[in-house]
Amino acid sequence: MSQPAKLRLATVWLAGCSGCHMSFLDLDEWLIELAPRIEMVFSPIASDTKTYPEAVDVALVEGGVGNSDNLALIRQVRQRTRLLVSFGDCAITANVPGLRNPLAGPAAVLDRSYLDLADGSAQWPHAPGLVPELLERVLPVHELVPVDLFLPGCPPPAGRIRAVLEALLQGERPLMEGPEMIRFG
Amino acid sequence: MSVRTLRIDGRDVASADGATVLEAAGDAGVAIPTLCHLEGLSPVAACRLCLVEIEGSPRLQPACITPVSEGMVVHTATPRLREIRRTVIELLFTEGNHVCAVCVANGHCELQDRAVEVGMDHSRLPYRFPDRPVDLSHQRFGLDHNRCILCSRCVRVCDEVEGAHVWDVAWRGEHCRIIAGLDQPWGAVDACTDCGKCVMVCPTGALFHKGDSEGEKHEDPSRLAALLRARRARQEAP
Ligand code: SF4
Ligand code: SF4
Ligand code: SF4
Ligand code: FES
Repeated sequence: MSQPAKLRLATVWLAGCSGCHMSFLDLDEWLIELAPRIEMVFSPIASDTKTYPEAVDVALVEGGVGNSDNLALIRQVRQRTRLLVSFGDCAITANVPGLRNPLAGPAAVLDRSYLDLADGSAQWPHAPGLVPELLERVLPVHELVPVDLFLPGCPPPAGRIRAVLEALLQGERPLMEGPEMIRFG
Repeated sequence: MSVRTLRIDGRDVASADGATVLEAAGDAGVAIPTLCHLEGLSPVAACRLCLVEIEGSPRLQPACITPVSEGMVVHTATPRLREIRRTVIELLFTEGNHVCAVCVANGHCELQDRAVEVGMDHSRLPYRFPDRPVDLSHQRFGLDHNRCILCSRCVRVCDEVEGAHVWDVAWRGEHCRIIAGLDQPWGAVDACTDCGKCVMVCPTGALFHKGDSEGEKHEDPSRLAALLRARRARQEAP
């Protein structure tokens, strides 16, 4: 039998603070062990590719779905990925970006951010096709597309990320149980 | 003291007449998850996390208010109960706004702990994101309705232990919430002695000390039970 192909890994950044990605970098020297075992096919921190590729094995998706770009990307990710992992609390619960959800829609948020709090030249960012429109609410990823695995934490501790990746690299499903693996916050 | 014998998860248990299934299970070393229950306060069965199956009864019963009876056969961890408990926790998370990452109770929260116990890695129910207020009118304490799970521990401790009866549960359904006084800002209620007992027993970050920031709420509700036990022992001493 031939050697199994390298795991085609992607990381995706939607409406999140990039803290989950920072936690990924906290894997420190284990990243050096990881590198030869994967092919990083898409990632805001490890690849220049702008288009989400086909036939991705595993995607770690950080962030909730908060604007039209996030929505288009997550649909594409779902179509082109075998195993979609909701990576961190924002992807799983909407978390901090979802703090705007109880407010009366995007207009209230934009008013507050760009008009009320502006020092001068108050105006909404308005560049159709360039600045993505906010969705009515920031939603957890699994409320829009099917998710295969949930990796909670804000951010998920590096050890938890490593445990998940190690299992996936061995072709196994990680056991998501107990405070080490599934605590929110 | 008459004794009742029953079976819990296949174990024979002897329990005092008048004890609850939760107490009998505890004595037998069977842990049933709870949230609204707190030793020293009257049980009210508000959260429904402690539901158990009792043979011969078609309905599930909350262990914290169900008295033991002779020959009772109790199951506390069937697949059906596990599924219900996880759903109860999902309901608690989705009906409010639980942003653990910025919560005073992050890491010291009984709701978080229960979520881990029932294996909740995500909610299968949609989040509601209700618009709920925060009351910062009290000099020393705050109340964030976003994190309140309506366990009514605060209501009971203030009434039954402090004797001030500042809190009540008002309204129904999605409007249900705790109120101070006659639905006044907490700080405007003269009956409040500022004792902090309600903050101490709150299982979540809903009641907190002003100025505490993320993860800084370190209340230990079991302290209250210890204080009450000590008080009772003193009263009963000759
Ligand atoms: S009370 Fe705070 S820490 Fe507990 S579940 Fe709610 S948001 Fe999370
Ligand atoms: S601080 Fe004390 S008196 Fe005031 S509401 Fe809380 S328990 Fe009641
Ligand atoms: S404020 Fe806390 S103690 Fe009171 S009902 Fe809400 S969750 Fe329970
Ligand atoms: S602990 Fe029994 S219903 Fe809440």
